[in-house]
Amino acid sequence: MLEKVLTGPRTFYLWLLFLVCVIGACGLVYWQQLQQGLSITGMSRDVSWGLYISQFTYFVGVAASAVMLVLPAYFHHYKKFKRMIIFGEFMAIAAVCMCSLFILVDLGQPQRMLNVMLHPTPNSVMFYDMMVLIGYLTLNAIIGWVTLEAERLDVEPPKWVKPLIYLSIIWAFSIHTVTAFLYAGIPGRHYWLTAIMAARFLSSAFCSGPAILLLLVFIVRRLTGFEPGRDAVKTLTTIITYAMCINVFFYLLEIFTAFYSGIPGHQHPMTFLFGEHAGHLTWVSNWMWAAVIMALGSLVILIPPAWRNGPLLPLALVMLVVASWIDKGLGLLIGGFTPNMFETITDYAPTCMEISVALGVYAIGALVLSLLWKIALGVKREAGHFGD
Amino acid sequence: MNKSRRSFLKVAGLSAFALSSGVAALSSTAQAAATMPGSGYKTNAAALKAKRWAMVIDTRAFKGPEDYQPLIDACHTAHNVPTIKGSNQNIKWFWLDKFDHAFPDDINAYQAAGIKERMFPLLCNHCTNPPCVRVCPTQATYQMHDGIVAMDYHRCIGCRFCMAGCPYGARSFNFMDPRKHLPKEMPNPAFPTRMIGVVEKCTFCAERLAVGQMPACVAASNGRILFGDLDDPNSDVRHALAENYSIRRKPNLGTQPGVYYLI
Repeated sequence: MLEKVLTGPRTFYLWLLFLVCVIGACGLVYWQQLQQGLSITGMSRDVSWGLYISQFTYFVGVAASAVMLVLPAYFHHYKKFKRMIIFGEFMAIAAVCMCSLFILVDLGQPQRMLNVMLHPTPNSVMFYDMMVLIGYLTLNAIIGWVTLEAERLDVEPPKWVKPLIYLSIIWAFSIHTVTAFLYAGIPGRHYWLTAIMAARFLSSAFCSGPAILLLLVFIVRRLTGFEPGRDAVKTLTTIITYAMCINVFFYLLEIFTAFYSGIPGHQHPMTFLFGEHAGHLTWVSNWMWAAVIMALGSLVILIPPAWRNGPLLPLALVMLVVASWIDKGLGLLIGGFTPNMFETITDYAPTCMEISVALGVYAIGALVLSLLWKIALGVKREAGHFGD
Repeated sequence: MNKSRRSFLKVAGLSAFALSSGVAALSSTAQAAATMPGSGYKTNAAALKAKRWAMVIDTRAFKGPEDYQPLIDACHTAHNVPTIKGSNQNIKWFWLDKFDHAFPDDINAYQAAGIKERMFPLLCNHCTNPPCVRVCPTQATYQMHDGIVAMDYHRCIGCRFCMAGCPYGARSFNFMDPRKHLPKEMPNPAFPTRMIGVVEKCTFCAERLAVGQMPACVAASNGRILFGDLDDPNSDVRHALAENYSIRRKPNLGTQPGVYYLI
């Protein structure tokens, strides 16, 4: 099937060339980081994790979200998702690649990375995180490839792949739960020390991941004419809507507990994120309020069925993705580290170099995704599963 | 399957087997070396020993920050701690902060001025239940039998999970090459400098205890900091705790800090 990437329109190869150039340029910045250490980032003694780890967290969610297609298709025999599943699985592969790279670029001594496996430490959540991510990558690669091969040959997928698919459904929940445990098990970080963290992570993943998938599928539809199926889009949009409602609800629960209990430690990260805290106004506040507006805006469009399935859908999905990205990709880390362990404020803002390295990882993710989706689209075209 | 593909698979399979068995052999020899009796290391006869090392700081005996400066200097000299001025990517093993920042759970707007304005020395608490040890994915930070939380700078991958985990802000990460911020003449050639990209912190001077010396800050404190075995009811630290009112930082987190403050 690999040969499918060898034939394509010129624009596809120009796109790949563009990505390779971005990766190369950002790679040079990473080279600089290897020389000068993480001093090129905006991180500090008090805010010791930043953009890299927050992007890792966000994309674990994107990876896990493939389950929103796989679960209805295999547990509920919802056949209409079958045509789109492979795109979810391949997006999960690209997302896990990005997660691994975000961890790699965040390490102070990346060449020692394998110490995590050489000295397995069952009491560290990060050890489990590495294991479940590798497992999820392997599962999706095997399942994706085997089912696509079967589709190409126009036969049923082999029986042995079924248990793997069921396992991958459970596994998807586990990867994001374990990622939440990275944060939720730490004493003294008020914003993170909450039992609802894993549930929040999953709900935010299950709305933002499928939203990204749908937006990308819409682009592919425009470019290639691949039709994911009207009903499939409709059902997935409904899933996204429910997940987003739950996501917003869970955040409101956090606000209730913090402010009704009146415990200062629980309130401070939120007052810091959303407004002036101890006479200090941070740049993140504007982003957080933008997230609030976009989250509500997306729900306004998504909840009425007529609007949900209308031409405004892409706008709603974009707003949803941006809002969830701000919540998880900025607010979660910054709110977790500020106020710091001394209840004072150390500002954090990613530097240009830090953003460049992150963009490089994004470009690698886009490259992996483009190649895998190209193969999938080639097979679908050949097998005649391209449209209704 | 054609012939060349088959032979390729054969070679690939054989090399994979050879590689994995080689790795397995390597790891088994490494284990054997670690457990080999009589490896040549002997405990120094003069070494100071305890079941649970702990520190009691008599903050009443210090008049101001200038009183603490010799202690900070002693610590940072003994451990080649670089001075990175004007940066929040700096390294701190032993430092000072206000009461409200050191003990944020004990806030009181009407605190006596003597306490409110006073500076308190901060360092790693060498907790009985250290979250940093719990979260470290490589056991680069670990707890010794005498309660000291130690670091293996050569194993640390620089993931900084321990910094997120530590509720006391006691850990520093080498964002930049620390050796560039040390004087040309190494302050203490007997203690290793660190490399870029690893985490470090106070070690309760495990290396000094091993040769029969008290920790550097304790030695420089003229008796104002006590250091001893918390498990020994007759130790100085136990007497001091029995006779004075003491507090610890964030005790409600259950970490059981090993540094006590007499207020």
